Amino acid sequence: MIGLEHYLSVAAALFVIGIFGLFLNRKNIIVLLMSIELILLAVNINFVAFSAYLGDLAGQVFTFFVLTVAAAEAAIGLAILVCFFRNRGTIAVEDVNMMKG
Amino acid sequence: MIATDIAAILPEVILAVLAMGALLGAVYTGGDRTTPLLIWSAALVMVALGVWIGFGMSGTRTAFGGAFINDGFARFAKVAVLWSAAVVLLMSLDYLSRCDLLRFEFPLLVALAVVGMMMMVSAGDLMALYMGLELQSLALYVAASLRRDSVKSTEAGLKYFVLGALGSGLLLYGCSLAYGFAGTTQFSGIIATAQDGHVGIGLLFGLVFIITGLAFKVSAVPFHMWTPDVYEGAPTPVTAFFATAPKMAAMALFARVMHDAFGAAVADWSGIIALLSVGSMFLGAVAAIGQRDIKRLMAYSSIAHMGFALMGLAAGTGFGVQAMLIYMAIYLAMSLGVFAFILSLERDGRPVTDIGNLHQYSRQQPLRALCMLVLLFSLAGVPPMVGFFGKFYVLRAAVEADMIWLAVAGVIASVIGAFYYLRIVYFMYFGEEREPLDPPASTVQWAVLVASAAVMVFGVVNLLGIEGPAAMAAEALVR
Repeated sequence: MIGLEHYLSVAAALFVIGIFGLFLNRKNIIVLLMSIELILLAVNINFVAFSAYLGDLAGQVFTFFVLTVAAAEAAIGLAILVCFFRNRGTIAVEDVNMMKG
Repeated sequence: MIATDIAAILPEVILAVLAMGALLGAVYTGGDRTTPLLIWSAALVMVALGVWIGFGMSGTRTAFGGAFINDGFARFAKVAVLWSAAVVLLMSLDYLSRCDLLRFEFPLLVALAVVGMMMMVSAGDLMALYMGLELQSLALYVAASLRRDSVKSTEAGLKYFVLGALGSGLLLYGCSLAYGFAGTTQFSGIIATAQDGHVGIGLLFGLVFIITGLAFKVSAVPFHMWTPDVYEGAPTPVTAFFATAPKMAAMALFARVMHDAFGAAVADWSGIIALLSVGSMFLGAVAAIGQRDIKRLMAYSSIAHMGFALMGLAAGTGFGVQAMLIYMAIYLAMSLGVFAFILSLERDGRPVTDIGNLHQYSRQQPLRALCMLVLLFSLAGVPPMVGFFGKFYVLRAAVEADMIWLAVAGVIASVIGAFYYLRIVYFMYFGEEREPLDPPASTVQWAVLVASAAVMVFGVVNLLGIEGPAAMAAEALVR
């Protein structure tokens, strides 16, 4: 029987993969955007699982908000990325280094 | 029912509708030609809304089933956010037109970010918190890369976006855990599940993630990495905006979540926030010493100031919240003055940010140098200035909450931090001869600088009456 804890485990695993994707990735910024999506989707799994478990709709409403915001966030991220690419000519992570830090 | 709800969020609705209407209007009519008009009208609307919220409203009203709370605390933060955003808009106009950056998007992004901040400080529910925070953040990501033909500005936007999204993701994961283990997204429901002072392990995990996400937004150590780069890369008016209104809103949101949702478990979070506070104060003080770029320096300075404001929050008492609000209000007044000064620095028609340009500035512009001297002393917390009283309040809050070690750490960090502020004063008054900077032209920037310095000197009398409203605001939050 698949219970709440299984869903939470999957979500936690996805979340951790997303975080590691952000920090360990040395190749390209698109992968960073994908990692961010992964984090948000992990959260959505959490919300839906809790919502079903608690028999409370608020979690699913929250999921829709998160999905909407994630779409807007991806659009803005890609727009900034395109601007950056036009100026810098590359989207490799190690080339985001005009300023130290 | 819905009419009373709308009435409670009327200021936000007005600002959002005006911003969207102005967006349509600017796109269809003339684009960037309308920018000065938009900047002035946005600033006027914000000031008017601030006056209305500050003086025309009272009591506590909730709307949308408790998702939106309009109480004294929210009103204090909203007035501070609205007025500081208006001042930033007005003093950027001159800079933007001289740097050929007069885009109509700037006032609209600021207005939409301000709507998000007003939502944040009024949030009574995890959903409202998230939506407000994202509305603010998304507008700020775009604002950071406003100069879209510059590598630095787009890089700042990109870094801010990636790390901001990470912060939002952590916060959201915390929200999902809090929802799951409290069974509700409402702050009033979350606090009810922890009412006996005992917080379950699941809720505790949620709390830690939420604190992490919020620490990203207030740029507290160890989640501050984005701040110096974003401050340096973004156009200076945008940096001035980043340093003021979003900091106030994020700090108010921090206090709101901690007290409204987790107020029954103060012992669980005050230690974490105290650690964030100590780290921020020391890193801000030490890392700024090596900086040559004044915008980067202000970034570390703002990290240190956030550390002090967090000290008030770490106390976990009503007086702590009051001290935090007073500190933030003083910080806003100081930052606005300093950025008015930075915006006016030019050589051969190009903006400069290296502090080496300030050598012997007092010979060229005695009054401006004097105002800057007052502001820097106030930032450092030297006694006769108002900045000292801000620090005094948070230190007192920490001592009264039996966190003497935190107060001692704060004093040490502020002594270390005084070095780099006083070094700028040294450059301005005793530096070597350099070719002079261009004489500043903008009267608005001059007025903001002088007014801010005057507040730092004459505010000593009664802190301009800020204590009363701050006490009322804290009382509304911590019952």
